[in-house]
Amino acid sequence: MARSVTQNRKIINTAAAWAVGLLIFFPILWTILTSFKTEAQAISDPPVFLAFDWTLENYGVVMERSNYMRFLWNSIVIAGGSTILGIIIAVPAAWSMAFVPSKRTKDILLWMLSTKMLPAVGVLYPIYLLFIKLGLLDTKFGLTIVLMLINLPIIVWMLYTYFKEIPGEILEAARMDGASLKDEVLYVLTPMAIPGIASTLLLNVILAWNEAFWTLNLTAAKAAPLTAFIASYSSPEGLFYAKLSAASTMAIAPILILGWFSQKQLVSGLTFGAVK
Amino acid sequence: MYLKASMGAATAMALVMGSGAIADTITIATVNNGDMIRMQGYTDDFTAKTGHEVEWVTLEENVLRQRVTTDISTKGGAFDIMTIGMYETPIWGANGWLVPLDGLSEDYDVDDILPAMRAGLSHDGTLYAAPFYGESSMVMYRKDLMEKAGLEMPEAPTWEFIREAAAAMTDRDAEINGICLRGKAGWGEGGAFITVTGNSFGARWFDEDWNAQFDQPEWADALNFFVGMMSESGPPGYATNGFNENLSLFQQGKCGMWIDATVAASFVTNPDDSTVADQVGFALAPNTGLGKNANWLWAWALAIPAGSQKLEAAQAFLEWATSKDYIELVAENEGWANVPPGARTSLYANPDYQAVPFAKMTLDSINAADPQNPTVKPVPYVGVQFVAIPEFAGIATEVSQEFSAVYAGQQSVDEALAKAQALTNDAMEAAGYR
Amino acid sequence: MATQHSRSAARLMMAPAVVLLLGWMLIPLSMTLFFSFKKYLPLRGDSMANGLEWVGFANYTRFVGSSAFWPSVQATLTIVGGVLIITVVLGVLLALLLNQPMWGQGVVRILVIAPFFVMPTVSALVWKNMFMDPTNGLLAYLWKFFGTEPIAWLSQASLPSLIMIVSWQWLPFATLILLTAIQSLDGEQLEAAEMDGAPSIKRFWFIVLPHLSRAITIVILIQTIFLLAIFAEIFVTTGGAFGTKTLSYLIFQRVLESQNVGLGSAGGVYAIILANIVAIFLMRIVGKNLDA
Repeated sequence: MARSVTQNRKIINTAAAWAVGLLIFFPILWTILTSFKTEAQAISDPPVFLAFDWTLENYGVVMERSNYMRFLWNSIVIAGGSTILGIIIAVPAAWSMAFVPSKRTKDILLWMLSTKMLPAVGVLYPIYLLFIKLGLLDTKFGLTIVLMLINLPIIVWMLYTYFKEIPGEILEAARMDGASLKDEVLYVLTPMAIPGIASTLLLNVILAWNEAFWTLNLTAAKAAPLTAFIASYSSPEGLFYAKLSAASTMAIAPILILGWFSQKQLVSGLTFGAVK
Repeated sequence: MYLKASMGAATAMALVMGSGAIADTITIATVNNGDMIRMQGYTDDFTAKTGHEVEWVTLEENVLRQRVTTDISTKGGAFDIMTIGMYETPIWGANGWLVPLDGLSEDYDVDDILPAMRAGLSHDGTLYAAPFYGESSMVMYRKDLMEKAGLEMPEAPTWEFIREAAAAMTDRDAEINGICLRGKAGWGEGGAFITVTGNSFGARWFDEDWNAQFDQPEWADALNFFVGMMSESGPPGYATNGFNENLSLFQQGKCGMWIDATVAASFVTNPDDSTVADQVGFALAPNTGLGKNANWLWAWALAIPAGSQKLEAAQAFLEWATSKDYIELVAENEGWANVPPGARTSLYANPDYQAVPFAKMTLDSINAADPQNPTVKPVPYVGVQFVAIPEFAGIATEVSQEFSAVYAGQQSVDEALAKAQALTNDAMEAAGYR
Repeated sequence: MATQHSRSAARLMMAPAVVLLLGWMLIPLSMTLFFSFKKYLPLRGDSMANGLEWVGFANYTRFVGSSAFWPSVQATLTIVGGVLIITVVLGVLLALLLNQPMWGQGVVRILVIAPFFVMPTVSALVWKNMFMDPTNGLLAYLWKFFGTEPIAWLSQASLPSLIMIVSWQWLPFATLILLTAIQSLDGEQLEAAEMDGAPSIKRFWFIVLPHLSRAITIVILIQTIFLLAIFAEIFVTTGGAFGTKTLSYLIFQRVLESQNVGLGSAGGVYAIILANIVAIFLMRIVGKNLDA
């Protein structure tokens, strides 16, 4: 009897969760579906769900009009580069905060987060002028640096919380064995923190991929990532829902696929120290 | 056939030029309108002719404007050619930010540019940007619905007639709105439309001493008329409709009339996109009998930022894209109805183009706009649907946001006008006019 | 435990991150401060090279004096507050639901977190055009199907619409963190409470919610940082019309649309002050909860 109760509950849970999940996912699903319609079908009244003439025409038009592969490559380089660079800089900082805490550690952490509160629009002119001076305008390198700096506080914080969870005794044991500081970080801590580092990596790739202010304003043709690609498909003349959907699908697909494969990592790893 | 010939000529030319000129790669910022997208498709023709390569930065209008303005005012040099409008050109030209176009080649025939366009893209008589296409605005209407309503569209209708016709054509059950107009906030969207409507009612932005004029009765008349007509016969939610939203409504047969850019004529008469392509008639923009029609004047034009490192290549592209040859290239491949309109006198003298149904009305509309005397009373500024001062874009966007809030039923006409008056005067004070 | 040696090594290891962030903060901040006391109208030919005119606090008084200022602060707080409430409440419920045994848990989780991967520009464009458009939007069809007049979402219900779009984007993030926290909940404690006959609401209130408090704090902290700066969503949907002009959007209008860098910079300083007020307020709660 108890079994059938849990069985029933499981059925109800499943139904409820799937309903909510599909509802939340629906806008993305609808965008993907629309990308396979013709422009006329995209706005047909009543809307068609699946029973339309599937076409790849929109993707063809988008591919012909813009150099998708270049935008994609720039996105990959900038998002990946800024994340890796950020992690290289953040690991030692987070390590020292976690294992050699001082009175000011918490203040420094919170101060780092507060640098994210400077409104980007307010400093567009200063940064733009600086980029011109340094010759960084429309370069992947410049953008990588900016996105790294934007996300660095988040990276440091996430890593710090993972390192905090590693028991200090292990380090002491390692030290007893004569491990140097470098060995300690490289061979003892880092392997233990790999799951945490992986989650940090993922989250920051997502944040960097989706950043749409600096990536748009500091680039022209050479370094423009997918956010700029999308800016050429919003409200041109005439019907555009299907083409916009195709462009949107192309812009979010890589990161969506990455997210799907790493779902487990994200679900268990994104704690920000919330779990003690 | 033609394409082949031109390629042949191009190869020959490239050979001739080969010795002296260095092939460059230029970066062009442009807006994602249909004519520009088409131009991108013909880039190969340019490369074949000159050897220069082109990198495109195609952006939505608002993003483009923000991008190029930042770059030019900081001398960033990210672009070799910028696509700008009639509003920016004289201001930037006056600041010395653009390369004066006085060294254009003989073949280019700069005197062939329509006088209205040339005047609008010049500062102190010097041309600073070459028009890729030009436009005014006019009435586009459904002949079938007009007939059904038992009315006949005059060549130069009054606003009163438009309002009556709109009411007669409206059929809410069939989702037919008598009239579709721009209500969307933004100086180039709803702001432009209400400004020209104001012009036809005798309203003006500023008096001769740069005092805002929103406290004058003409503005209240214009705005009340607009709001009244749109609530009777306009589409639901018109407060967020801009050019593109209305275009799609009209193409779907949901509008009786649409007053908007003349370039829209080729979209609404194109049977591929429009369900009402064979039923569209044209008329001049409406008036109130005060001698001014509610039509604007605009051009999307190509300009070269001062200090460009690739001047020679940039100038070659600018000449290619705005030349008579380019128009013929497009006509050959896509038909005369799809060539970039409103830039050159010779186009309107061409019998092939005269056969296009909207050609004459477009030219008449362009000629009816007078940027020096946009409205009934004298004004201290130049520009029909805008005021050619640097502060205008910011001010007019905020004013049009107040107006859009009226269209959405969130405040009254009087409230909006009072706010518009205050914020305009405040901004003009900040800029040192008053 | 920490020796003098490891202390100085620690400082050295922290240095790159601290120095970089200090630079990233100080350079723009000092330039913003500098501009905020200057008359800088790029379109009138003002430039750094020609020297800028010192205007004292004129930009500061003008920015606050504008009729758009207080409404913009209000809009900012409304959006941040609204999104926080929706994402936290729905996030807790969703996390509870996803933690139950069910078939296809992995797939459901993927569906729920997917919006987090969508760039803000795309999500704003999709919501605006394909859902909220009063003529061709899917919601309009739904309304018509039920025989009611479609709503012009972005003009008639602009703030709620915006809050909805942004909440859709951030709900996955809240759910993820809360779900991880729930998974760490001690099952025995809950079972014991269930044995004692405590009703589920009580169990939730006295056991689950206290356990989640730390996670909720973190969700609020991180989201606030991102939400104070939202821009693309407003730029794409309303362009700041219909009362959706936030402080950062107002600054955008001053700097880029009006091309008044001095005035916009003064606005930037105000935004930093507002952000810090919010931050101090948050730190107080977080500080208690986040004994580092």
